[in-house]
Amino acid sequence: MNEPRKAVALISGGLDSMLAAKVIMEQGVTVEGLNFYTGFCVEGHTHAIRSTDRKREKRNNALWVAEQLGIPLHIVDISEQYKDIVLNPKHGYGQNLNPCLDCKIFMVHKAKAWGFLEENGFDFIVTGEVIGQRPKSQRLDTMPLIARESGADERLVRPLTAKNLPPTLPEREGWIDRDKLYDFHGRNRKPQMALAAQFGFHDYAQPAGGCCFLTDRQYSAKLEDLWQARGVRDYSLDDIVLLKVGRHIRPAPHFKLIVGRDEGENHFLEGYRKQFVHLRIESHLGPLTLIDGTPAAADLKLAARIAARFSQGRDAERVQVSVHTPDTTVEMLEVTPAAPTEIAPRWYV
Amino acid sequence: MSDAIEVDARGLLCPLPVIRLQAAAKGQAVGVTIKITATDPGVRADIPAWCRVHGHAVVAERQDGRDIEITVKLGSAP
Repeated sequence: MNEPRKAVALISGGLDSMLAAKVIMEQGVTVEGLNFYTGFCVEGHTHAIRSTDRKREKRNNALWVAEQLGIPLHIVDISEQYKDIVLNPKHGYGQNLNPCLDCKIFMVHKAKAWGFLEENGFDFIVTGEVIGQRPKSQRLDTMPLIARESGADERLVRPLTAKNLPPTLPEREGWIDRDKLYDFHGRNRKPQMALAAQFGFHDYAQPAGGCCFLTDRQYSAKLEDLWQARGVRDYSLDDIVLLKVGRHIRPAPHFKLIVGRDEGENHFLEGYRKQFVHLRIESHLGPLTLIDGTPAAADLKLAARIAARFSQGRDAERVQVSVHTPDTTVEMLEVTPAAPTEIAPRWYV
Repeated sequence: MSDAIEVDARGLLCPLPVIRLQAAAKGQAVGVTIKITATDPGVRADIPAWCRVHGHAVVAERQDGRDIEITVKLGSAP
């Protein structure tokens, strides 16, 4: 190796990308990590909105991996551009609304655009892909497609499965030694676990796939409900964050309740009170409820009855609920809490 | 500490506060301090971790109600 080379490694926070980066580092290449924020990332903090989850360890797995590897990690917000990938995936969806193949192409493309900038000066890109690991995006036939469509071409190295693929430019040029790369394939995790042990990694996040809300059936159903209710396939960052929080109850197509499930969620929803009509339970302890959509007066009364159902006044005859509009108008309602049978199961999104 | 760059990341979920901090740090000289205010308790773990991997240091942390203020001193060119 004549001159030191630099590689940018896509770091998801899972084991495979951690190992891939380490394999390249072991060859004397300077590696830095790149992690993308799509808005759909599942991290401990999102769960930590809920009070019940606050005792869980809070860590960003990508940062944690970078620390284990001893490399800098650059986190890039691609949430706005990522919309087009979610809404119009050229290669279709994998599990639920996960646009996995388009997502991988997009991320490698962004890594190329970022990493090959003169100011950053990286020579090639490293990913933790393994042939056969994922049914949609990590297959023998999709590997060259990702390299081609991302524009990374021969500068995309998958150290864990490289021996199942033709040699890349860094291998041919001698920047890295192909003999020290791997031939992992399939869904068997044992080779990765053995390699992790060899590197002394004993603590790592669960394997890839659990890092994106779009793979979650319930979350995807909420997103589809949002599109259907609005009559347009679009979303804002606030929309997709709110889909992670609270009970979502849609009594009619034109409005939906987002009911905080505990103090942590109530507090989080407080941050949105200036954007939404919202309900507060005044006579009892109860949730903060946001109303998304265009509710009429009668709808607000129904919403108040539903919100009261989730308060400590659920068995009371009357519960006082205040209705707040974003322009700070306040109306007081006195309602009978909805009986469980009055909230149709199909209303729960 | 009064001339610290201030970053308001209140109401943002991690990793967005880290991304805001990273953007504020870009191009700044070694020794510059940045005070970030956030409400996601995750910043308590994430910002020190981000500092460790980039060679920066957390020099102060305080809680004011729900607001968490963390002051970072840049230790290497981001």
